Amino acid sequence: MTSAEEKVPIDIDNVDHEFVALIKKAGGPNIQSCFQCGTCSGSCPAGARTNYLVRGIIRKALLGLKEECISSPELWFCTTCYTCTDRCPQDVQPTEVIKAIRNIAVQSGYMLAPHQKVALNVLKTGHAVPLGGETWEKLRQKVGLETRPPNASSHPDAIEEIVKLAKASGFDKLVAEKEEKKE
Amino acid sequence: MAKQKFMHFLGCIIPHRYPSIEKAARLVFADLGIELLDMEKASCCPAPGVFGSFDRVTWATIAARNLTIAEEAGHNITTGCNGCFASLWDANHELKHDDELRDAVNENLATIDRVFKGTVEVTHYVDALYSVAGLEKIRETITRPFDGVRMALHPGCHWMRPKNIKQKDDSERPHIFRDICEASGATYVPYKDELICCGAGGAVRTADVKTALDFTKQKFDSLLEAGGADIIVTPCPFCELQLDLGQVEIQKHFEAEYHFDIMHVVELLALAFGHEPEEFGLATHLQYMQRKNEPAWQVLGIERPTADDASASE
Ligand code: SF4
Ligand code: SF4
Repeated sequence: MTSAEEKVPIDIDNVDHEFVALIKKAGGPNIQSCFQCGTCSGSCPAGARTNYLVRGIIRKALLGLKEECISSPELWFCTTCYTCTDRCPQDVQPTEVIKAIRNIAVQSGYMLAPHQKVALNVLKTGHAVPLGGETWEKLRQKVGLETRPPNASSHPDAIEEIVKLAKASGFDKLVAEKEEKKE
Repeated sequence: MAKQKFMHFLGCIIPHRYPSIEKAARLVFADLGIELLDMEKASCCPAPGVFGSFDRVTWATIAARNLTIAEEAGHNITTGCNGCFASLWDANHELKHDDELRDAVNENLATIDRVFKGTVEVTHYVDALYSVAGLEKIRETITRPFDGVRMALHPGCHWMRPKNIKQKDDSERPHIFRDICEASGATYVPYKDELICCGAGGAVRTADVKTALDFTKQKFDSLLEAGGADIIVTPCPFCELQLDLGQVEIQKHFEAEYHFDIMHVVELLALAFGHEPEEFGLATHLQYMQRKNEPAWQVLGIERPTADDASASE
């Protein structure tokens, strides 16, 4: 799945000098320690089967190529397995850097529809994977458990609390706005 | 010694898709004299892949709300899910060390009259089994050892990684999860890709199931190269879903067919402690429901449950 043919060379004149600071603030404080050894990508099971290259994304980020980084679809192939983080000789914590870049991507409107749906599930039901219909209640009965577990699935007031928290943090708008954009 | 108690954090996948794990946990911890307290009103951890990737403060806020439920009750948390553990442990750790994050989170929590205090610890079943119950107690409780059963392991990622922060085990050569599983009497089968991710995490399964399954397939092929195994044991329901239901999905996406019985470590122990599979519904794993088949009872050395509809009415 290499996509070298499709890739245009990067435009180094179009850089965002704030990007590195933004990443550091968003949860990737060690990004500037990277010396491009490639241990991360060499360890990366996502990179082994897709065109995702964690070292490359970090390099681009350090160059200030914000748009390149946040718009790249492969940013979402990292499974957050933390193998790179355990092996990076510079303690860059590449997994955290990737998550920070994803945070910035989402703020800029790059959000995949299935992820947005999962986020909305939590606001609607309190759970990313909601209990769902009768089939699942029956499955619980079959193993000898009460039909609904003692989590938000049987406590509507817990869902109300989650909705309030999402409002307080602005998360409701973050996920909802994109919904409108998609239409 | 006073009876050890934990707030039992269920999450989503265990109670909603693999309830056999929830039931097995209740059996196993009762046998070990550890009390699991219902964590009423807990929500999603929230899913570390999606929420952690979307907005760190919101992720930490929702996780912190769950933590406050345990803080109010005054007991540490235990969870049987690597993903829930990742969210709750990481959030607890970050909130205890990052004042700026803690202030932002507590500002949000104030809107629902809660406050994160940082007074509890988050553990995984693996910790509860290894450090609280202990291997000796586990060995003493075993009445049906899995003699001669070939067992492969899938430890998954988030209990032990990142290793410098979690400080649980050596993530390149872990032994704790293996020690617990080997106490069941099963024979450990090493394979090259034991320690790679199942592919489901980081919101990858949600975005692109075929890519996620490609990881899983690599693990299965690696295991077959090592001679195969009768069961694969994992400490995580999301990994279990990926390895179990994943076999059905792989058949669709790759035209490759695998038949592995997958168990959560508490399911393995429930059986080893002498419980019958229908007591916790081992046969309700989604691969069996969808393929309309059953665990390989004979290989596991377990008598096939008599009633076809093995309900757990005790
Ligand atoms: S392993 Fe660390 S230092 Fe090496 S390229 Fe990756 S992030 Fe940079
Ligand atoms: S955490 Fe992400 S970038 Fe790092 S090795 Fe795992 S999949 Fe690759």
